[in-house]
Amino acid sequence: MLRLPRLQYLRPRTIAEATELAAQNPGAMFIAGGTDLVPNLKRRQFDVTTLISLNALPDGRRVEGDVRHGVTIGAGVTLDELAHHELLAGPFRALAQACGSVSTPQVRYMGTLGGNLLVDPRCNYYNQTYSWRKAVGFCMKKDGDICLVARSSPRCWAVSSSDSAPVALTLNAQITLQGVNGARRIPAADLYKDDGIDYTTKKADEIITTVELPAVEGRMTSAYWKLRRRPSFDFPILGVAVAIAWDDGVVREARGALGAVGSHPVDITPFLEPLQGKRPAEDLLADVAQAADKPSRPLDNTDLSHYWRKRMSKVYIERALRDACGLEPLGGRLTAQVTAR
Amino acid sequence: MAEELTVVGKSLTKPDAFAKVSGQTKFADDLALPRMLFGRILRSPHPHARILRVDTSRARALPGVLAVLTGDDLPIKFGILPVSQDEEALAREKVRYVGDPIAAVAATDEWIADEALELIEVEFAELPHVMSIDEAIAADSEPIHGTSNVHKAVALEFGDTDEAMRTAAHVREDVVFFEGNTHLPMEQHAAVAQYAADGKLTLWTSSQTPHYVHRALGKVLELPMSRIRVIATPNGGGFGGKSDIFSHELVAAKLAIVTGRPVKITLTREEVFYAHRGRHPVLMKIKTGLTKDGRITAMQFRSFLDGGGYGSYGVASTYYTGALQATTYAIPRYRFEGVRLFTNKPPCGPKRGHGTPQPRFALETHFDKVAEELGLDPVELRRRNLPSPDSRTVNWLRITSCGLEACINKVVEGSGFLERRRSMPQGRGLGFAVSSYLSGAGTAIYWNDMPHSEVQLKLDRNGGVALLCGAIDIGQGSDHILAAIAAEVLGVGLEDIQLTTADTDLTPIDLGSYSSRVTFMAGNAAKAAAEKVQSQLFVAVAKALHCDADDLVARDHRVFRRNRPEDGVSFAQAVQLAEAQSGVVTATGSYTPPKLAGPYKGSGVGPSPAYSYSAAVVEVDCDIKTGEVRVPEVWVAHDIGRAINPVLVVGQVEGSVYMALGEALMEEQTFRLGLHKFPSLLEYKSPTALEAPVMHTYLVETIDREGPFGAKEAGQGPLLPVIPAVANAVYNALGVRIDEIPITPDKVLKAMSDKSKRVGPKSTPDFAFPPLIKADVPEEWKGK
Amino acid sequence: MSIADRVAVRLHVNGEDMAVMVPPYKTLLEVLREDLGLTGTKHGCELGECSTCGVLVDGRPFLSCLAMPLDLEGREITTVEGMAAGNEPHPLQVAFAELGAAQCGYCTPAMLLTASALLDRDPHPTRDAIKEALAGVLCRCTGYLKIFEAVELAASRGTRRG
Repeated sequence: MLRLPRLQYLRPRTIAEATELAAQNPGAMFIAGGTDLVPNLKRRQFDVTTLISLNALPDGRRVEGDVRHGVTIGAGVTLDELAHHELLAGPFRALAQACGSVSTPQVRYMGTLGGNLLVDPRCNYYNQTYSWRKAVGFCMKKDGDICLVARSSPRCWAVSSSDSAPVALTLNAQITLQGVNGARRIPAADLYKDDGIDYTTKKADEIITTVELPAVEGRMTSAYWKLRRRPSFDFPILGVAVAIAWDDGVVREARGALGAVGSHPVDITPFLEPLQGKRPAEDLLADVAQAADKPSRPLDNTDLSHYWRKRMSKVYIERALRDACGLEPLGGRLTAQVTAR
Repeated sequence: MAEELTVVGKSLTKPDAFAKVSGQTKFADDLALPRMLFGRILRSPHPHARILRVDTSRARALPGVLAVLTGDDLPIKFGILPVSQDEEALAREKVRYVGDPIAAVAATDEWIADEALELIEVEFAELPHVMSIDEAIAADSEPIHGTSNVHKAVALEFGDTDEAMRTAAHVREDVVFFEGNTHLPMEQHAAVAQYAADGKLTLWTSSQTPHYVHRALGKVLELPMSRIRVIATPNGGGFGGKSDIFSHELVAAKLAIVTGRPVKITLTREEVFYAHRGRHPVLMKIKTGLTKDGRITAMQFRSFLDGGGYGSYGVASTYYTGALQATTYAIPRYRFEGVRLFTNKPPCGPKRGHGTPQPRFALETHFDKVAEELGLDPVELRRRNLPSPDSRTVNWLRITSCGLEACINKVVEGSGFLERRRSMPQGRGLGFAVSSYLSGAGTAIYWNDMPHSEVQLKLDRNGGVALLCGAIDIGQGSDHILAAIAAEVLGVGLEDIQLTTADTDLTPIDLGSYSSRVTFMAGNAAKAAAEKVQSQLFVAVAKALHCDADDLVARDHRVFRRNRPEDGVSFAQAVQLAEAQSGVVTATGSYTPPKLAGPYKGSGVGPSPAYSYSAAVVEVDCDIKTGEVRVPEVWVAHDIGRAINPVLVVGQVEGSVYMALGEALMEEQTFRLGLHKFPSLLEYKSPTALEAPVMHTYLVETIDREGPFGAKEAGQGPLLPVIPAVANAVYNALGVRIDEIPITPDKVLKAMSDKSKRVGPKSTPDFAFPPLIKADVPEEWKGK
Repeated sequence: MSIADRVAVRLHVNGEDMAVMVPPYKTLLEVLREDLGLTGTKHGCELGECSTCGVLVDGRPFLSCLAMPLDLEGREITTVEGMAAGNEPHPLQVAFAELGAAQCGYCTPAMLLTASALLDRDPHPTRDAIKEALAGVLCRCTGYLKIFEAVELAASRGTRRG
């Protein structure tokens, strides 16, 4: 059997205790649901001798508030709970969709929002057993020097594989982190860095305590579309999150982000600007989607051809936009086909 | 048999069902013995390298490590086929694929064992590696084995095919490729070995072929087979992936001998990918000559197999790629050339269908295209070329029962194929294909004159029946087959049969659960044994009732006179009468297939005492914008001969369809940087519950004259037509030919954008096949 | 493993309190199989990629290969051994046996437990709901259909609880 490395397992009862333990044990990692961390640890993707469980902390599992005033979600709330939560049924639907699309029901019962936001970026060369990685000479992200998917690159290109991350950006979620030096509150976009290794601004002693979805004025719709080979188990090989605020039938503001196209979730809000002040006609949506895939630059380090994934980006952006506009998502104009010469 | 059957033909609950649903079934990794040690294997990180030096001193010194083995501890070579004894339990001079076993440790726990592996120092001299058929042929670097990367090349001809091609009204040639894939059983391989103080070795192992493992243990360990006991534990899925002899089995045994303590080795999922023995990647060229009204006059078939690092079943696989073409088509003249290359990848072997799904993909897509060219629908083309029951194919395969036409009718009618295929909604398509498969290979893996399957029965005075047979249940329901047949003949219930299987100390030989042989061969052995026992009972009861033995019937736990049912005894009384007369009531039955091979070298692969037949229609729903192919509905008809247990047969058909769809759409063994790109259950894609199509299964019963109660196979045949039917359906939906398996979205899109409307190989490599062995043809084909 | 490596873990499994001394880095899967003698829970990958190791925690499907025992003290763990009521099998177990929904039987414990959690929540699920609930358990033998049918059969007969 594949087994965890020998380690000690600590169970602090308060956040202060947890952050203190992390500060005292450099190299220690926090564990909540464990669905991302435990497999990676079994493959020795981290050198860890101490795990600090967050599962004995109080109050991490609440969902409070409402659309008018904002919804506050404890980082320890499970993905399954969020997938079905009534507070996420309306404008924040994209978050329910994203959480409900993660992996399998089993993983969703165990996994948490905090854990999903911080999913370790993935790569075909990295998410492999120790012996496999040794056979290829390791890689920049762990034990090696070279990025195997982009050999002359000075940086790591592991892929952001969180479904909730692009949604958090799109919904302009505010993330509260707490560490030994106190608490800080940042917009979701500031949680991430464009690097496959050093992918989060969260410090080793910090834990995410809450995720706040801002109050919604008027009508808002949102959608999350996930591309993957199979409808279960698989990580996203492309994620598209969009949110549209409406003034009657006119777009007041459109926000969006792409997941799994780079090492961090990528904001595509500037590309959606042409929608502002307009009624979303089908052709307009298609044109916007066509242009909005620019930041999608997949590399050959996930399932399926990266050329195909690139061509799919605009198709899925169009589908997500149509979904958020109340149109039949599959009825769009864009196709992943290469136009014949 | 005019009387109605009471057990055979009924959808009863199989004997091992409740053990399985309660979690009580003991699989190999569930076993734990006192003082048991854990073994782990160090594997090659290089695809091709010489081993210069192995230093195990630091590993040996680690506390908790009780033994370390290297290749020199197990120098005798082995292999599943006598002609391919090319494997070592632990590599000595060379490693030939990433994952090739080099050394092993036994320790008190797996953490220490893993630590010990890290302390073993191996010095390698890397060699250039080859990872494809083309590379293997072209390589001018050190061959993987011997003097050449060519493992086996065959060339056979039955009738002058060139002449037929020259004069044919219509000729078509296609080149297609079928990528390799693997079995992916949910249970990882595991073995537990124990060496008793009296020198008796016992190995419990998740194996489909305990008899072959037994022989190999004797050979490699240099122990008499009588001092070795192999017990096959119920397999958590096999599909051909547990039919070889594996390094970890030999290593566990040796570690147990060396330490004097039991040793367990369970492969990690990654190691299961390296054990492999899965579907060969095959590149094929098929050329057919036909009359203008679509009757085949000749076929030439060429296959190139990518065999991986060792032989395994590969010689047989090679022949299989050319064997069954003529069982579904009346082919008057036939040429087959096949070659298996070694490559630096895990060795390929038998996976469900063993060497026939790939050519079946070639055949059925080829004939789909031929039909279109001739202006025929694909069904009509098959109808015009149907094989005959009770005939010999041009390559000497004996067909007995043949329900192909009935299977075709069932699926065509059930799906509305002919009416619907021309008017499918956008993105939707229907595809059709046929196939056939062996009910057990007619030749054993090692040449001998002994039976292929043997059953021993012993009755007790309470009417219980002990049935002993070497056959192991791998989930296909072989336990049920044995019990049901014995119960039927003896007139008792399933619950009265006590099975002991797959224990080389106790059970008579069954060659193994491979080649779809168990129902046919072990079933016949069970029937023979039961009939002998029945005869003993009837003799004794006839004496007691003062009648003829021929007057008697065994049924409903009684033995009684057919014409005066009230005149009889209970089954237990019958046993007592017989036992009083002649001692314990016992008999053995066995089955040896008739010698069916044709008069040519290489005829040993392909013959079978009976062939099953299948036909399939698949409906696809393609997203024309993304290239994604979904399968919402499948119709499959299977000529099972007789369904010993219909619900279990349907289960085999449904499981075959599922596995076929996995292969057609997503399963593939891909290599990059000289090793398996993703040896994990996450990245090696297999279909989930969400992707299960609606399936319509039709069982056709032709009551084969040689099968037990007329039964033939079900475990492999239904898989075969489904894969090409998917490809044909994609063509019907989108007008593109994907002449490669798997059919992935990017290939579909590429074909749609390409002028050729096709994705697939264009040619086969230049290769000098051996001169054709021109064989005689059976009488019925002479002059055709 | 030295003695100092072990910690006391109390688990409530199939209605029974069990206490073991185990290394804290053993997953629930390993503790169940190797320390509690409950080998009904199987494993296919130990990485959360197949759900063969599926058990129930407080009635919800969990992966024992990823679950850490120290975090499960006080919670209700159910394995396949706990599905029967005394010597009476669970209706799902009966239905699986009758319909041939267990071929090799290796995914069966996880399928049964996951299905039982579904039926506890939704006593008359649609086919789609069954597929969604079982979407995370891989089977290589059956093609899933007989498993769906067995769940429907058990649902039609009613389960003991609820």
